[in-house]
Amino acid sequence: MTADPLLDLDGLSKRFGETVAADGLSLRVGRGEIHAILGENGAGKSTLVKMIYGVLAPDAGMIRWKGERVDLKGPADARALGIGMVFQHFSLFETLTVAENIALASAESVEKVRKQIVEIGPRFGLTIEPDALVHGLSMGERQRVEIVRALLQEPELIILDEPTSVLPPVAIAPLFETIRKLAESGCAVLFISHKLAEIRELCHRATIMRRGKNVATVDPTEESEASLAQLMIGREIPHPTREAATLSAEPVLSVQDLSMASDDPFAVSLADIDLELRGGEIVGIAGISGNGQRLLAAALTGEALIGSGDGGRIELLGQDVTDLGCAERRALGLAYVPEERHGRGTVPELDLAENALLTAHGKALTDRGFVRRNAVRTFAESCIRDMDVRCSGPDAEARSLSGGNLQKFIIGRELALEPKVIVAAQPTWGVDVGAAQAILQRLADFRASGVGIILISDELDDLLDVSDRLHVLFRGRLSPSIARADARIDLIGAYMAGESAASQNEITA
Amino acid sequence: MRWPITIEPRMAHSPVLALLPPLIAVSVTLVASALILASLGVPPGRALYFLYVAPFSTTFNTAEVFLKMAPLLLLAQALAIGFRARVWNIGAEGQLILGAIGGSLLPILFNDSTNPLMLPAMVMIGGLFGMAWSAIAAGLRAKFNANEILVTLMLNSIALQLLYYLVSGPLRDPFGFNFPQSAPFPLAATLPILVEGTRVNASIFFALLVTVGAWLLMERSFLGFKLRVGGAAPDAAHYAGFGDRRAIWISLLIGGAAAGIAGTFEVAGPLGQLQRVVSPGYGFAAIIVAFLGGLNAWGILAASFFMAVVYVGGDIAQTSAGVPYSVNTVLQGLLLVSYIAARVVTDYRLRWLPAMREA
Repeated sequence: MTADPLLDLDGLSKRFGETVAADGLSLRVGRGEIHAILGENGAGKSTLVKMIYGVLAPDAGMIRWKGERVDLKGPADARALGIGMVFQHFSLFETLTVAENIALASAESVEKVRKQIVEIGPRFGLTIEPDALVHGLSMGERQRVEIVRALLQEPELIILDEPTSVLPPVAIAPLFETIRKLAESGCAVLFISHKLAEIRELCHRATIMRRGKNVATVDPTEESEASLAQLMIGREIPHPTREAATLSAEPVLSVQDLSMASDDPFAVSLADIDLELRGGEIVGIAGISGNGQRLLAAALTGEALIGSGDGGRIELLGQDVTDLGCAERRALGLAYVPEERHGRGTVPELDLAENALLTAHGKALTDRGFVRRNAVRTFAESCIRDMDVRCSGPDAEARSLSGGNLQKFIIGRELALEPKVIVAAQPTWGVDVGAAQAILQRLADFRASGVGIILISDELDDLLDVSDRLHVLFRGRLSPSIARADARIDLIGAYMAGESAASQNEITA
Repeated sequence: MRWPITIEPRMAHSPVLALLPPLIAVSVTLVASALILASLGVPPGRALYFLYVAPFSTTFNTAEVFLKMAPLLLLAQALAIGFRARVWNIGAEGQLILGAIGGSLLPILFNDSTNPLMLPAMVMIGGLFGMAWSAIAAGLRAKFNANEILVTLMLNSIALQLLYYLVSGPLRDPFGFNFPQSAPFPLAATLPILVEGTRVNASIFFALLVTVGAWLLMERSFLGFKLRVGGAAPDAAHYAGFGDRRAIWISLLIGGAAAGIAGTFEVAGPLGQLQRVVSPGYGFAAIIVAFLGGLNAWGILAASFFMAVVYVGGDIAQTSAGVPYSVNTVLQGLLLVSYIAARVVTDYRLRWLPAMREA
């Protein structure tokens, strides 16, 4: 620690209504230091970062920059001081070029920005083509655009919010190289993450947050992943247990030669998808999000139907369901946990009881066209109890629940339908570690009881924990099936990055 | 730099807060109506008396309030069902006109009939005519995704021209001295009067029945649930497998049927014949009533009562104080605008940014 820290936070607090998002946070970052902020979802990491970047004003406490107290009224103030930020979700216009996107945020001309990109990029390992259109760029390249945009402001501190969550494994090492070069040049880096291995590999110091509080500041290289995890969640991470399951003789879900165009011109279309799922197995679909996962889930569940120009055949429990919609497939025994919880999996304005009715109406919850309100309440209560959903009861509006709790409610509802096939899309996204484990454990339990499960996720660790087989989805195409025993990170990573030709030979399918 | 205040949606929804917008809208309308009439030379006290007290000063006037409340209530309940499903039927006026035409066919063709089944048959035909008119918009939306707001709105004008043509030609009373109106209806084709010496008729009971039906449909039935989900979160409706085409058809057909019946009630009630003007804008006023009532069956009951008072009060002010007819339209507009403005305050809240306070 240097005598005169670059950034010195002293007792920052912030509350939203009754929720204390930050509770007396103190933190010091020195020049050239790579400092990790580690915590679960909802631990208050983004609140902290937003206060440093001037997006949120703290209720109490102070921020010192180079020893002087500062009062940030907005991101512009933060940028003027020399604080840059790269958000988790990029804000780039897909139809503009790299240089145009960067010029939009600065006062410079496109011509000057183009020169700067060429000049600054190689210094930090950030080579990008300034005239490339953004929609053609990979997520890693887009992130480089965001980082270059932040660097052009010549920051002395750069904040990276969950930068690796959008990257394939192969793109992570170059990012780390860039971060190290930045630090060597004297720029401090705040690295927000919940991935322990990355923090141990990259960071000089780590501040661990839990429920809005700073619980420890450690040297991550001297900690083990287990000890970091314990600090982060306050206890050890349980792993889901997988009991033996017998595979069904016939596939419960099979997809043959499915090609489907996306409605969205910038989204990925599906091409030549072949997929087979038997009862009693979990087939994981790995891949960086944005490679056709949404469309694949929609195609499997009947949300999207094969149109003219598309082709293929989908069978559910031996029956051709290619032309059947969601409701019909659900009636046959397919449950679906969608990626979006608010607005698709639930109606935010309605209470949990009514949200239970959304898909569970077939469970004798209606009578001659009328809703059996007591039965609906009882059903919702059982979902809440079953998945340990933290809420005030079936009368709570869906929007009043945190993302993780709402997800547990949706999972509870879908599993209560006693499905034979489950399609779960990103079920652990934005869910804290404890809830994620509960969700995965429940899926593993259903697998043991003979249910076939498609688990679409970009959390590779989750997939490796519970899947029997894996496919990797890349630009709308599925890799060959990879058995659990063969699922090595480097192999999957190669598929995720689209290097399927090289890894093709290693597969003996 | 940045604004010292920000607007953010309220998360908590208290029942008290839900009552606020209609109450604010009514209060603003009360005050503004007095000011408008004052600017036309009517002392504010007298203006308020004409508009809001005179409608209850005599049995006849009170009966007029309930007479006008009936079509407003009937239409607003039906429109609210569609609005909650986000199907915007702006064509109730035209569907009402078609209902008036359809409901007039039997009494014009069988002008001396005394058959007691005449009235129920007229109501059925009127309802079917209204439904047929709204089905045009539903079909165009379902098949070609044509915006139902524009289609229903334009169909209003077509309906009006059709009415003008019919009362000047095929349906004109041959003994009516060339006036553009049909023959007067026989007794068997008119609604029973409830109070002797007034014009209030049984249509108010029908509207009350529809109110209960609308509440049952939207709050207790599975179909109503599906419509609400489709309106609140279309993606969730899609996920659940509730077809959106069904919602369009159901919403528009319910609206068309109610409007058609309301139109029949006008010609079988206060008018007693088909004529060039069958509605003083009920089809549009009902949209305001539906929103003023918070798209809720009981709220609409109260809102339709208030709107009926404004109608009758406006008529009285017109005849007693000589203010122009358009005052009525102005008051309706005021009601809607102040309601929407009040909703901004109750659905969102203004918050001072704490950073500015410290600065």
